[in-house]
Amino acid sequence: MPTTAPRGVGHLRGDEPFPVAARRSLADAQLRRNLGHATSTIRAKSAAVIDEVPDWQELREAGSAIKADTMARLPELLQQLETAVVAAGGTVHWAVDAVEANRIVTDLVTATGTDRVMKVKSMATQEIGLNEALEAAGIEPVETDLAELIVQLGRDKPSHILVPAIHRNRAEIREIFLREMPGVDPSLTDEPAILAAAARRHLRRTFLSTRVAISGANFAVAETGALAVVESEGNGRMCLTLPDTLITVMGIEKVIPTWADLEVFLQLLPRASTGERMNPYTSMWTGVTPGDGPQDFHLVLLDNGRSAVLADEVGRQALHCIRCSACLNVCPVYERTGGHAYGSVYPGPIGAVLSPQLTGVEDNASLPYASSLCGACFDACPVKIDIPSILVHLRAEHVTAYRSEHRLPSAEAVTMAAAAYTMDHLPMYEAAQRGSRLARFAGRRGRGLPPPLSGWTVGRDLPQPPPQTFREWWTQR
Amino acid sequence: MRIALFVTCLADTLFPEAAKATVRLLERLGHEVVFPQDQTCCGQMHINTGYPDDALRLVRRHVRTFAPYDVVVAPSASCVGSVRHQHALVARRAGDERLASQAEEIARRTYELSELLVDVLGLTDLDAYYPHRVTYHPTCHSLRMIRVGDKPLRLLRAVRGLDLVELPQAEQCCGFGGTFALKNADTSTAMLADKMRHVLATKADVCTAGDASCLMHIGGGLARLRTGVRTVHLAEILANTEPAPAPAGRAQRKTDGVPA
Ligand code: SF4
Repeated sequence: MPTTAPRGVGHLRGDEPFPVAARRSLADAQLRRNLGHATSTIRAKSAAVIDEVPDWQELREAGSAIKADTMARLPELLQQLETAVVAAGGTVHWAVDAVEANRIVTDLVTATGTDRVMKVKSMATQEIGLNEALEAAGIEPVETDLAELIVQLGRDKPSHILVPAIHRNRAEIREIFLREMPGVDPSLTDEPAILAAAARRHLRRTFLSTRVAISGANFAVAETGALAVVESEGNGRMCLTLPDTLITVMGIEKVIPTWADLEVFLQLLPRASTGERMNPYTSMWTGVTPGDGPQDFHLVLLDNGRSAVLADEVGRQALHCIRCSACLNVCPVYERTGGHAYGSVYPGPIGAVLSPQLTGVEDNASLPYASSLCGACFDACPVKIDIPSILVHLRAEHVTAYRSEHRLPSAEAVTMAAAAYTMDHLPMYEAAQRGSRLARFAGRRGRGLPPPLSGWTVGRDLPQPPPQTFREWWTQR
Repeated sequence: MRIALFVTCLADTLFPEAAKATVRLLERLGHEVVFPQDQTCCGQMHINTGYPDDALRLVRRHVRTFAPYDVVVAPSASCVGSVRHQHALVARRAGDERLASQAEEIARRTYELSELLVDVLGLTDLDAYYPHRVTYHPTCHSLRMIRVGDKPLRLLRAVRGLDLVELPQAEQCCGFGGTFALKNADTSTAMLADKMRHVLATKADVCTAGDASCLMHIGGGLARLRTGVRTVHLAEILANTEPAPAPAGRAQRKTDGVPA
């Protein structure tokens, strides 16, 4: 049995269950305004540019098919990738989990003798908590993506895959810059252009004086060993071209079979994610080129629970994700609770299925239930991941896991079994229907249901049972 | 046509008016409606909450009950969705291939009300009459699970006297989601609040939908706020005719919790 991501390292597990964390976000009016505004803007933008593409559904099909094929022969493709990367002058490292990946990267950086690295935004390095590991080794990681920098300076956590500071507005960002950015102009205003210029000045010093960079990867082509990062600010390209040493940390699911497959994803990704026709910067590199760009290139292939996901026939689809964040932007739950409530670097619908699979469902047991199963994520996903079905599947996994770990069934399980039994025995079912009507006379007002049903009456009234059920009416008519 | 009614446990127990209206409507259109008495529940709540093994007996019962009928109709997109997309999965999970293919057979013959009317019977104008200002909430399961598209709207547009007003952000989930409303009550309530805000913005007298469950949720919220806006199942609107007009929300019962 392949192992899940280890505890105590990285950011895949929350400190509290989703409903508890969500309650806090729901009470934060500013946060909800920021999120509502940002997600509706990006939704509209994305919908408009998707409408322009006549073969969008065919592209989704193609993306989904390529991913399914990749997962079906992942070990073979990874070996092919390794061979190609080595042939191009790179070094490949295999990391079974977060602990091993952090150690490999820290050792590589330490060996260069530097005490500062620059980073292009990378979900994989956040997942494993690489920044914390580097800091513990006396190395300063500098995030160069604007939103990621805001989060880092604010000692905050990212709350969106693509827009990590989505929960912040510009007044808040100005505050953070004034407080945390060395040498910032004190007359800074909250104009987006002024804020961006301040970040630019701050980052330029880092770009020009840092010899080691760490990146993630959006895609890795098994056929050629080429890696790709897409971004919109240009900071990524700086990180990928300026340093002497480049270390890329990549989840093993990011491999794609051939160069031609990129065509599909480079059309799907920008429109689904930022609502752009094409992302402003697409950087690709293959090993090292003497005299041009980094002269030392390392690729760290990260498992950290992915093999366990791959082993699950239903859940495996979650590995198809290209981290476009379209599912977050359309999710009514995410829109109201924000990303922090999910407790993992992967929030929203994809986080609700990916995190519990990477950690084992018991370590993120509330996440599969953090959805109303409205299906908006499935329709939005550019690679057609059936997130609602995976959620339902994981709920069943959770129930099974609970059963095997506890001698007594949960109250819910007892209720469910009793309900199913009753509904399978007609006389009992009819008696229960009559019973629901009795409640009417028992003086139980809709507001005062006992737990676990009390949640219902937080903001709604229960209907009063009618004087006659349908089947009673039918037999009498 | 002989049509078997899959009433759904919720309509049977709490919202019989929606089911009675379905019968009245189909009979008015000249069809024979039969009610297989053995039916109870499709098991959707069990499946969606993580109890597919408990749901298995309900899938068996459903298959046994509806196997003899050529056409089955339900006034609930969400239960039709369960029959169509979940029953075979539950059977396969239990390793019962025969049950799975029987379930698939029945799924092919099971229709949500607007699908039956528009696709099978080829009707959009039902000679209905409902002189009220109405807004339509396309429930998630009718929209994305069984994809009824604009069929309910086409039916509503043909209703005489009905003033159909568009619901802002209609496609957003109302926050019900079965046990989601219990397990994540705060988030569910926040979603409901936005849905109600949009319903009230239409100044409609009636909010309609094809799912009793979502209407129970939205109606419960509206009753708590004492807005006066009623929720009425689509079938009740379509069953109504000019010689036998009904007031807005005739079927609406007073809910508990509203101070008398
Ligand atoms: S699951 Fe789909 S929609 Fe969500 S981030 Fe991944 S690719 Fe995008």
